[in-house]
Amino acid sequence: MTATSPASTSRRRRISGIGLVLVAVYGILALAATGRSTVQILSDYSEAPLAYSLSALAAVVYILATVALVAPGRGWYRVAWITIGFELLFVLTVGTLSIVDAELFPRDTVWSYYGGGYLFVPLVVPVLGMLWLARHRPGTVRDAS
Amino acid sequence: MILWYTVVQIVVAVLAGLLAVAFGLAKRPPSDLTMAGAALLGVLLLAQIVMAIVAPLTGNDPTGNPYEFWAYLISAFILPPVAILWALLERSRWSTVVVGVACLAVAVMLYRMHVIWTVQLA
Repeated sequence: MTATSPASTSRRRRISGIGLVLVAVYGILALAATGRSTVQILSDYSEAPLAYSLSALAAVVYILATVALVAPGRGWYRVAWITIGFELLFVLTVGTLSIVDAELFPRDTVWSYYGGGYLFVPLVVPVLGMLWLARHRPGTVRDAS
Repeated sequence: MILWYTVVQIVVAVLAGLLAVAFGLAKRPPSDLTMAGAALLGVLLLAQIVMAIVAPLTGNDPTGNPYEFWAYLISAFILPPVAILWALLERSRWSTVVVGVACLAVAVMLYRMHVIWTVQLA
């Protein structure tokens, strides 16, 4: 292993600096959502099918968003926008519904009460994600894509 | 779970987390000190896994959903090693912050585990 200087390795990836913290937060959220939805669906799916399906959806979206933030290229950049936009939409919709119509969600999801069960991280992180994406378009970073 | 041990773990997680976040924001790359905090937390969690296996045999059962408890415990146990590995691969100040964030996430998970173990939900 010779030719890879630190500069060239950091240029190959889209994300660096504080963006890495964002990726870490997304990774943790993906892990938490996956664990929660797996347990919910395996132990008592019939009790709250809508809430539990949403938990599973949340898990998939967070995993996709984590990957999309790290992976290089315009395609993944678009996926990052879509998944993160989707998260913001859902945390607001499900958050509102869980307060207005509690019967709809007899069990909590990651997005219930605007992510209150997760210290509102699910509400804050998509906004930070969008800010980060807006300031780091693939064109501005000289990568191979 | 045993209350005093839970408290010890949460205190270590919060202290290690705040320390690493503070060091990271002070532009320090990951150091032995910040990674030792996360490593200590990992060891404590390993002991917690053993205790969670043994405790039900001595009549100390979780009152909540045991699967949910284990999902949290295993997730929490994975975090410190991953954060340390990350810090070893990426020697930047932000890696120190990542280690801190991971420790703080473990603190929250430990609190959730405590609730699942002790509070009657259903």
